[in-house]
Amino acid sequence: MTPQVSLIIIALLAVAGVYISWRAGRLDRLHARVETARASLDAALVRRSSVALELASSGLLDPAASLLLADLAHDARSAQTGRELAESDLTRALRAVFSQPEFRASLEAREGSGELLAELESTAHQVFLARTFYNGAVAATVAARRRWLARLLRLAGGAPLPEFFEIDDTLTPAGMDEQGTDMPHLAG
Amino acid sequence: MRIGLVCPYSWDVPGGVQEHIRDLAEALIDLGHEVSVISPADDDSALPDYVVPAGRAVAVPYNGSVARLAFGPLSASRVRRWVKEGSFDVLHVHEPAAPSLSLLACWAADGPIVATMHGANPRSRALHVAEPILRSALEKISGRIAVSEAARTTLVEHLGGDAVLIPNGVNVSRYCKAEPLPGWPGEGGAIGFLGRMDEPRKGLPVLLSAFELVGAQRPGLRLLIAGPGDADEVLARVPAALRDRVVLLGQVSESVKVRTYHSVDVFCAPNTGGESFGIVLAEAMAAGAPIVASDLDAFRRVLRGGRAGELFENGNAEDLAAAIGRLLDDPGRRASLSAAASAAVRDYDWPVIARDVVKVYEAVVPNAAAAAIA
Repeated sequence: MTPQVSLIIIALLAVAGVYISWRAGRLDRLHARVETARASLDAALVRRSSVALELASSGLLDPAASLLLADLAHDARSAQTGRELAESDLTRALRAVFSQPEFRASLEAREGSGELLAELESTAHQVFLARTFYNGAVAATVAARRRWLARLLRLAGGAPLPEFFEIDDTLTPAGMDEQGTDMPHLAG
Repeated sequence: MRIGLVCPYSWDVPGGVQEHIRDLAEALIDLGHEVSVISPADDDSALPDYVVPAGRAVAVPYNGSVARLAFGPLSASRVRRWVKEGSFDVLHVHEPAAPSLSLLACWAADGPIVATMHGANPRSRALHVAEPILRSALEKISGRIAVSEAARTTLVEHLGGDAVLIPNGVNVSRYCKAEPLPGWPGEGGAIGFLGRMDEPRKGLPVLLSAFELVGAQRPGLRLLIAGPGDADEVLARVPAALRDRVVLLGQVSESVKVRTYHSVDVFCAPNTGGESFGIVLAEAMAAGAPIVASDLDAFRRVLRGGRAGELFENGNAEDLAAAIGRLLDDPGRRASLSAAASAAVRDYDWPVIARDVVKVYEAVVPNAAAAAIA
């Protein structure tokens, strides 16, 4: 083996090493992004159920609607397994309460109701945004981990494969949002 | 007496609580009382003349499944008006801890209130969280009825205070005689199931697994299922070889329901929980069907500890398959179970039950004797 050939091999190995470590670093960053996004999503969900619970105990609603919201907000907050289902159930209950005939009219004159409803709508929208970003991070990470080099060299190490978080989080009934925007304040 | 009954669940959808209220209302009318029922229902739906609609019910997740409940400003104001205009001697609310009309009625009323608890809800934490909301409404209730020991335990544990036990009634005369559906039960034998197919607690998945076992050994055996739900979803869970032996009737009318009980050799109630009495079980008993039921506490009591129907281990498909097999092979045992069930169900006949309920009314109305004469 001539010295030139050895040098070329060493150079190639060095380039491969740098490339692999860059790929591993990228995967690491993606996992970190998933974790941050997950933390934001959890925070948004907890905020939403807290505001729902606050609305339930505010005395603004009739006792039946209050009870329903309190029950499901509590379930959503304390769900260990089946969190997606519990959060979707809370969304459905909120949607049912909000879409009752004369719901808005009955609250118009009540002090504090406007702020509380606005806060609830805003937290619900935060859930939607946080979930979109979280699922985006998950999709990127899953795609990166599926590449042959990542699988062959186990570049992700022991990190668990992140899972998508799918819930029903739209407060407006399907078909009613005709503005075609994800930002409700723009649709206003 | 002038009696106001409050139904929390949609009148248009069949269900144990709704049927209980209908039969109670009719039994009370037969006893000479004036009865008005308020229930979630569409304004244009066909209702008996004693039912007042409180607006359309909404399907919401509740207590582990989907319930059709009524709440919101419109329902609240209709209930308030009904209570005010009815000037009832006694208001009888059903399932007052459900987020629906009964709770709204307690909120609106100031006269004597009797409440009946139907459900056995093992989850105490939800009630605990909502306790402040419930307390002020439930404190107005002066007489409490539970339809089963399980419902009574739930009530005592979660809301405090005792209740009298008055079991669900069944209109025995409506169930005891009927023609089987054409072609049933057939040569190879038939198993029956009645209830929502898509509600896991009704236990259909357990029965399907058991049918897979017992159906494989018995080539002619068929399974007859009546109740709302997605038929394709159910059939997809049955092995292809057995699929043509599973017959789905979908949601059935009252008369077809009665005939269904008479169309099978073994009737199965595989409920896995949440059932406090099992009106379906009582109806099957009234029809004299040989019964196999899961060993829930409530079912065990209604079936006299197993003398009026076979019990199998809750959720255990193999045990259910074995029990079904034993009954199919033993016509003598089926006949004796049928006779025992018909006898046991007499205690639950509505005219008997309604008189017990009236005694509770009389206990909470200040001058019941005067009201009875008026």
